Amino acid sequence: MDNVSFKVKEGEFISLVGESGSGKTTTSRMILRLLKPTSGSIKFQGRDIWSLKDIKDLRWYWKNVHGIFQDPFASYNPLYKVDRIIYQVFTLLGDVDADKSSLVKEALKEVGLKPEEVLGRYPHELSGGQRQRIMIARCYLLKPKLILADEPVSMIDASTRVGILKLFSNLRDNYGTSVIFITHDLGLAYYVSDRILVMYKGSIVEEGTPENIMENPRHPYTRRLREDVPLLYRRWSDF
Amino acid sequence: MALLEAEHVKAYYLVREGYVKAVDGVSLSVERGVILGLAGESGCGKSTLMNALMMNIRPPLRLLSGSIILDNRRISDMQRDKIRKEVWGVLVSLVPQSALNALMPTKKIIDFVKDVFRHHSGLSEFDIASLAKKRFEELNLPTEALSLYPHELSGGMRQRVVIAISTLLNPKLLIVDEPTSALDVSTQKQVLKLLVELRRAKIIESMIFVTHDLAVLRQIADVIAIMYAGKIVEYSSTDNILFKPKHPYTYGLVNAVLTPEPEVRRREVTPIAGEPPNLLSPPSGCRFHPRCPFTIPICREVEPPLIDSEDGWKVACHLVTSERIR
Repeated sequence: MDNVSFKVKEGEFISLVGESGSGKTTTSRMILRLLKPTSGSIKFQGRDIWSLKDIKDLRWYWKNVHGIFQDPFASYNPLYKVDRIIYQVFTLLGDVDADKSSLVKEALKEVGLKPEEVLGRYPHELSGGQRQRIMIARCYLLKPKLILADEPVSMIDASTRVGILKLFSNLRDNYGTSVIFITHDLGLAYYVSDRILVMYKGSIVEEGTPENIMENPRHPYTRRLREDVPLLYRRWSDF
Repeated sequence: MALLEAEHVKAYYLVREGYVKAVDGVSLSVERGVILGLAGESGCGKSTLMNALMMNIRPPLRLLSGSIILDNRRISDMQRDKIRKEVWGVLVSLVPQSALNALMPTKKIIDFVKDVFRHHSGLSEFDIASLAKKRFEELNLPTEALSLYPHELSGGMRQRVVIAISTLLNPKLLIVDEPTSALDVSTQKQVLKLLVELRRAKIIESMIFVTHDLAVLRQIADVIAIMYAGKIVEYSSTDNILFKPKHPYTYGLVNAVLTPEPEVRRREVTPIAGEPPNLLSPPSGCRFHPRCPFTIPICREVEPPLIDSEDGWKVACHLVTSERIR
């Protein structure tokens, strides 16, 4: 990553779009506090995330910044039923007034799952889409301020993708959650983002609304991206 | 006559629990000079169908029934040895999904070429090598690539090299299975350009392009067949399928496409509810009925046949058929 700077406002949905090697995954790892920057700072709600040292501060961070990753299988321990991964959020939330079991069922319904179809199952018994929805259900319980979704739908079938994408926009619409969406797919970013940041070889080369990026790209890399993306309503002229 | 004529092909996997009906009564024809896009989601049987169409059938896969006629030859009746010598590479070539990573890392590209064509048509090693060199030049691929190891080539270059080698003996039909899914968009366009060029240069006659990406098919396919749970559910020109789909599944699939276009953003993009069925025990009647918002009683009981709805436009749907009769 080379001199990357950007801000995300509360309730804003931004996408980091880039191909492999662009630095987008490194960026998300740094924000999730999994990788330390060589220089520069990352601040969440005004606090430098690497200044957080004691467990109370770290808990505060993990409660408010949540990651959803590409492989819907990798986040699960295959030896445990999926219930475990949902109930784990209560460790972060601490004591809750309502009955945990009904909170969990509500969250599952919010993400379009039938609780009786997924609870009590093992990860391998569910589809990729269902596993990913369960991870997002955790966000409905936690209601973090910021979600980092790194290629959350690239391993999901095309026809189910949009349903999962909408869950992220719903979180933003209903709870003011900010989302940093990382993807190589310009179409996905275009559909859901307020702002798109285009990354290339470790730098942000262009930033704008989805319309700006597609109608008026300025950087040569963005221009090339726009020309090479296969579209539905327009055919390549040079074919 | 069509280049490929497949009728009532049934190819099942025999597993401990029974038969997985991956291809369950598929009839498909590929006309000469046509690029046919085969679209469907993972698990619908498209890769199995490709293997069946070129008679690459090994246990646990079994060809239960059906006939496959390629370039006027009934290949479904041929023995494997004959197919290996006279059909593969010569009449039909398949670039499978894993091709990018299937090259032996310890062999140079040219050695791979020699291995592949060693058993073919009595060409000497020298002949094969010069054929490869000439073909690479013809396709604007760097001939230096022939003396490199696979890992020394980028993903996109590897894919183009594999495609060039697969078509060295000018097979009439080229089948490519998700050739660009792992590539970035610019590299993808390069590979697609190469594929289209193969037809223009008459190195191949027709192509079957298997993918889930409908936007790619918009750019290169002449006709599209939609596959669901082991069956073809709709078949027509690219424009018809993408802009006037008749089958509810096709409609759902097209509606879920997300390209960076204002028309898509404006559209109410809706996902298809539910999941594709288990092919060990698919649903009764129409396999799509559990997820279909338009079911009528007959859908749960009788499988809809794939029949002409309009001139050459085939749909397997009771609702569409009954509307036509009315």
